Amino acid sequence: MKIQTILAAGAMTVAAIAAQNAQAGAVLDGIKAKGFVQCGVNTGLPGFSAANAEGKWEGIDVDVCRGIAAALLGDANSVQYTPLTAAQRFTALQSGEIDILSRNTTATTTRDAKLGLTFVGINYYDGQGFLIPKALGVSATELDGATVCVEPGTTTELNLADYFRAKGMSFEPVVIENINEATAAFFSGRCDVYTTDASGLASIRTQMAENPDDYAILPEIISKEPLGPVVAQGDEQWSDVARWALIAMIEAEEYGVTMENVDDMKANSTNPGVQRLLGVSPGMGEALGLDEAWAYNIIKQVGNYGESYEKNVTAKLGLERGLNALWTDGGLQYAWPVR
Amino acid sequence: MSENAKLPPLPVGTFVERSVTWSKKNLFDGWFNTILTLGSVAFLLWLIPPIIEWGIINATLTPTIEGCAEATGACWGFVNANLRLILFGTYPYDEQWRPLLAMILLMGIICASLGGVKYPNVRKWIIPMWVIGVPIIAILMWGGVLGLTYVQNSYWGGLPLTLILSSIGIVFAFPFGLLLALGRQSNMPALRTLSVVYIEVIRGVPLITVLFMASVMFPLFLPDGVTIDKLLRAQIGIILFTAAYLAEVFRGGLQAVPRGQFEAGESLALSYWQSMRLIILPQALRLVIPPTVNSFISMFKDTTLVVIIGLFDFLGTVKLALRSDPAWTKYYVEGYTFAAAIFFLICFSMAKYSAYLEKELRKGERR
Repeated sequence: MKIQTILAAGAMTVAAIAAQNAQAGAVLDGIKAKGFVQCGVNTGLPGFSAANAEGKWEGIDVDVCRGIAAALLGDANSVQYTPLTAAQRFTALQSGEIDILSRNTTATTTRDAKLGLTFVGINYYDGQGFLIPKALGVSATELDGATVCVEPGTTTELNLADYFRAKGMSFEPVVIENINEATAAFFSGRCDVYTTDASGLASIRTQMAENPDDYAILPEIISKEPLGPVVAQGDEQWSDVARWALIAMIEAEEYGVTMENVDDMKANSTNPGVQRLLGVSPGMGEALGLDEAWAYNIIKQVGNYGESYEKNVTAKLGLERGLNALWTDGGLQYAWPVR
Repeated sequence: MSENAKLPPLPVGTFVERSVTWSKKNLFDGWFNTILTLGSVAFLLWLIPPIIEWGIINATLTPTIEGCAEATGACWGFVNANLRLILFGTYPYDEQWRPLLAMILLMGIICASLGGVKYPNVRKWIIPMWVIGVPIIAILMWGGVLGLTYVQNSYWGGLPLTLILSSIGIVFAFPFGLLLALGRQSNMPALRTLSVVYIEVIRGVPLITVLFMASVMFPLFLPDGVTIDKLLRAQIGIILFTAAYLAEVFRGGLQAVPRGQFEAGESLALSYWQSMRLIILPQALRLVIPPTVNSFISMFKDTTLVVIIGLFDFLGTVKLALRSDPAWTKYYVEGYTFAAAIFFLICFSMAKYSAYLEKELRKGERR
């Protein structure tokens, strides 16, 4: 009798949990119920997500989560962060431990299709490059026989092998797990070339080199690394909110709406695009199931994409916009129209 | 043999004379020892001055990047500027008095338990102290009641996390390991096989694998929407792992107790548990104090591995601070030296305590 009761209760609990998950909008409802977005971030990558001296998470990836929280909950601080390693990140998303993963993650076919994930946009276009001492004086096609310092177990290592094979060149990898040791090995001359994503190379050159001018980043970029926030499949409403929050940040930069002038723009702008974005002419918020001030909240509290980039990537890593400039400035950041 | 024969001769002569005699006897005793002595002195002269020059004379404590760039020696300013990040990780800045208080409380309980073992009137308070102390620590860390804001444990970090992971690990792994050791010695085949399989499987894999399973694989086996806390999973992983090693240590102790002691217990008509508690375990555990403390020390250091599952223990927060600003990244030698010093301090205290405990418990054997 008792055992039957327990079993029945157990079955009901499982059924209830299953039902909750099958329901559309489960993640979104969950976020609204708990009052914050659980955001998976990198355990420490300056400019993208790193803790500052006060232990607060900062970076361009962190700003995506803050923007989404501002759009959905009206407060950019309604975010809780879960630092994740590369190996953990997808499990955390699949198991529902986090609502969104914003952790410099490259969008690829397998991840999008096979792992049950949805990339909601690209907030940083990166690519793998080479750092060499200027004294070496070669281009990327003349690296035959070079010793290359590389970190193991990443796409970086695979891209490196692919590139050299495609060019019919040989190389000798010096595989070093720890980034500090890897860069120390490079600057002490143990290898001719250091390779990682271009954003990483720039910061290593400016921060770790005795004299940065002695080193050059080769113009050849050997891989495409579109990095962006990811959510689990199954709650389209949630992935829409995440996608359009990111788009609103980019769109705002295009219209010249900044953290500073957003109130003025909201009151005075006659541009119909700006009026739609800021909810002066309503409809966009309703379409997404959000407050009409959703985009206004993002820009007011987090800033537009350019401001976030400036504050994090340029200030911390000294990187120019490059590929991440707006399409109007010759870059790749092209926001779908908010209308 | 008479004890007196071993005593050294009483010192005679002036201090200088005695020093010369002592040196001749201990440092320049034959050509081989003379070479060793001179070689060691030369090595130390070569090694120590540059370290002092780097670490103290030319070092700076100025907590700014500019100040560090000017110094030719160590940049302790890195530690100075990021001390709170290193100590408490990403715990909310304004609430960091809570982990500080929790850490002091935990240290207090640990010290009182260790020092109080000797005194019967303190000893009876040890268990109540833990029973009351641990919930207070949990309330301080988590909050959510008594007007304290709730802090998810993905924000815990630094020294408090290291101490919590290792002390809770030790407190739970000890009895579990003991049960496993007894299970392995048991006459019941099922229990024995179970214990052997458990111990061998866990000992056969590295801790990293256990943590990885707990953090990456385990959540996939749970039904959708059910998550078990990341920190709890890591803590359980550490307990399970340490228990297997402790079990083997305890088995060594159990086997070293003479057969006659077991039989003595039986002939007094003591039950299994009575003879274990009163006769066997006190002897067995005392015998294995050094390897047990050895296990504790290695487990304390192993907690640094939680960094691979995204938890920031004390070493992890040093790394976090190194990455807080790219300009700090190159001062990793200073950061790791600081971490090493703190780890050494704690491990050395553990070793010293075990030596003290051995001496205390061996009093019964001395005449």
